[in-house]
Amino acid sequence: MSITARDLCRDEFFYGHKACAGCGGSLAVRNALKVLGRNAFAVLPAGCMSAVGFNFPQLCFANNAIISTFAGTASMLTGVEAGLRAKGITDFTAVGFAGDGGTADIGIQAFSGAIDRGDNILYICYDNEAYMNTGIQKSGLTPFGAKTTTTPSGKNIHGNIRPKKNMFEIAAAHDIAYAATATIGYMEDFLTKVQKASEINGTKYIHVIAPCPTGWGVPVSDTVEIAREIVNCGLWYLAEYENGEFTLNRNPKQFTDVSEYLKKQGRFRHLTDDDINLIINSRDEKWNKIRKDWKFGKD
Amino acid sequence: MKPYLREKKTFGFNETPENTAFEAGYLVMVNSGWRSIRPVINSENCVGCMQCYLYCPDGVISIENKTVQIDYDFCKGCGICSKICRLNAIEMEAER
Amino acid sequence: MAKKFLSGDEAFAEGVRLAKPQVISAYPITPQTIVVERLSEMVEDGSLKSEFIHVESEHSALSCAIGASAVGARAFTATSSQGLLYMAECLTYAAGGRFPIVMMNANRSTALPWNIYGDQRDSVSQLDSGWIQVYAENAQEGLDLALMSYYIAEHKDVSTPLMVNLDGFILTHTYETVDVPTQEQADAFLPAYETENKLDIDVPKNLAFSAGPEHNYIFKYKEHQALLRAKSIIAEAEKKFAEIFGRQYGGLLETYLTDDADYILITLGSIAGLCREIADYLRSEGKKVGVVRLRYIRPFPTEELAAAVKNAKVVGILEKDISFGNEGTIFTNVNSSLFRSGINIPAYNFIGGLGGKNISHEDISEIFDRIENGTEPVNFIGIEASEK
Repeated sequence: MSITARDLCRDEFFYGHKACAGCGGSLAVRNALKVLGRNAFAVLPAGCMSAVGFNFPQLCFANNAIISTFAGTASMLTGVEAGLRAKGITDFTAVGFAGDGGTADIGIQAFSGAIDRGDNILYICYDNEAYMNTGIQKSGLTPFGAKTTTTPSGKNIHGNIRPKKNMFEIAAAHDIAYAATATIGYMEDFLTKVQKASEINGTKYIHVIAPCPTGWGVPVSDTVEIAREIVNCGLWYLAEYENGEFTLNRNPKQFTDVSEYLKKQGRFRHLTDDDINLIINSRDEKWNKIRKDWKFGKD
Repeated sequence: MKPYLREKKTFGFNETPENTAFEAGYLVMVNSGWRSIRPVINSENCVGCMQCYLYCPDGVISIENKTVQIDYDFCKGCGICSKICRLNAIEMEAER
Repeated sequence: MAKKFLSGDEAFAEGVRLAKPQVISAYPITPQTIVVERLSEMVEDGSLKSEFIHVESEHSALSCAIGASAVGARAFTATSSQGLLYMAECLTYAAGGRFPIVMMNANRSTALPWNIYGDQRDSVSQLDSGWIQVYAENAQEGLDLALMSYYIAEHKDVSTPLMVNLDGFILTHTYETVDVPTQEQADAFLPAYETENKLDIDVPKNLAFSAGPEHNYIFKYKEHQALLRAKSIIAEAEKKFAEIFGRQYGGLLETYLTDDADYILITLGSIAGLCREIADYLRSEGKKVGVVRLRYIRPFPTEELAAAVKNAKVVGILEKDISFGNEGTIFTNVNSSLFRSGINIPAYNFIGGLGGKNISHEDISEIFDRIENGTEPVNFIGIEASEK
């Protein structure tokens, strides 16, 4: 069953925050909490969403929420879940919202530990593809070619020289209870996955693309549009992992133009035709594998 | 349930809590000053599809009795709502 | 009460069992491992009803304990040495959040060079993290501190995490006869943990938030006051403990033959017993010597120390720690306390036991001799002048 705008509760749990206008991450957090409801116990590491939501005395979560250490999203979630269970509380969701750096870099060890233990937590990575809170530095999820403040583009090097880590498949390789990819551009798909994950016992991981207009170099009104285009051009895909199997949720007959997607963004504007061809080739390689090995599901 | 703006008060020594725990959803300031443009609803074009509500990063759009309302205290004027609306029911107008 | 022959680690685990933490998260490190092994067995055999979390690092061990404490659960963890340093970020986090977690630390040298044996550089390096720090002398005290720690840490006037330190191997792996109290006694002593400093399904809270310069300062002041208030709660805990268990401890510090002593050796941890033995021997030779064993070094027993040494001519400080480029940190703390208390007497620092090096009878006799006859301000015992 798919979640639509009409299915969402009217409560707003993340409100009055200081995220930049048009912030994709805040949209992911806002709506995921609307699905999970007032019994969500949210853990957010040091990063954008904690920085914009928890400045005493301006506290922007209506539900229970706590900041964790940067590396400690998953381990604190484990403690929250175990503590509540030990106190006999059962009707709750322990949910983490960590950025790409907090998940794929500094938090990956604790994340791996939690999946290994099968802790009953929902971990949502809002991926804006760089350390945005500190001013757009490269993370393990910064894509190939992206210009950040630590991967400048110049005559010698054209931005980030390494591809994005594949966190979705890293989570799946642990044989996690449930993992999914999503984008805030296709909100119903994301929220349906949040709902589904909340009903599964064990560790759940949702990796949602959440553009940062500031870091990506797009107008603040274009966050949602660019979050759709990344899927439409094939540089991101909507998929799930469950019961040992990968399922592709959306299999575009034809991709939209990758260079058009890239050229819209300040962070990619320096790329040469050769760079873009590399990106297209690696996209096609990935999709060949996906189409060969994964099941196809309904969007 | 929603964080809301509280009565103005000073947080001096005694009002500052003993530990880092405080009432959830406690707001002391608005975000309206961030805005250079504001969304204005043209009700005639609106069919109540709720896409603007769904995609607002700040959650400031609500739909009550088929009328769209915007909480201008917390709207940052990003314009996502206007862009997402297929029926041109939201225009972005300059703040005066 | 049952008598058992237990190592320091095992005795501590018995104390933890009696305190009934709801969540235990720990990662193995020598010489702490036996604590968590015994606790795992207790969970397995049903004698301890805790959620035992097999975390993948010490950072996660404490982060997990903070999460549990943040929903109002009683939490326990244990570590040592590199593990303590690896979780250092979470130490200030737990203290600043005022989460009354109890942690056992098996005192062990820190790398480099690698070394698994006992000294106190690990915990002493974390004195400023905001934790209460106490040092046990023997296995019985370890067990008793496991229980008392929760009383003190969770007291509403304190609400601060507490680190119990046991000398690696010398205490953790040495067997002694230990009185193990009954669960009824323990329950009569230790109330259930109640707090409003928690995420609560009925009263939602936002926890562990940011605070700008103006408020941050106030939070830090309040954190400091809580540690100072712990002094009276420690006394309260020990009084109640003595009533129920019949064992009395000396509060922040313990004195031995100090009333009329001219020369007092101040130390902490398991070495204090040997110091008292040598003091007895020197007394039999007519020397007016005494010993102070610091139990708590945060909060630091400033007034109590001044009272203990106010009639002495000279004091010596023996510690298993060195703040490189300066002096032993306990020495610094003692000197500051004495200066603040208007006590202006010579003080000599003796650094010993680093990397587990044995401190012998002869070493302590020599220390007393040098306190009486004068020496360098800072001395590494056992390193001859010719080697320097």
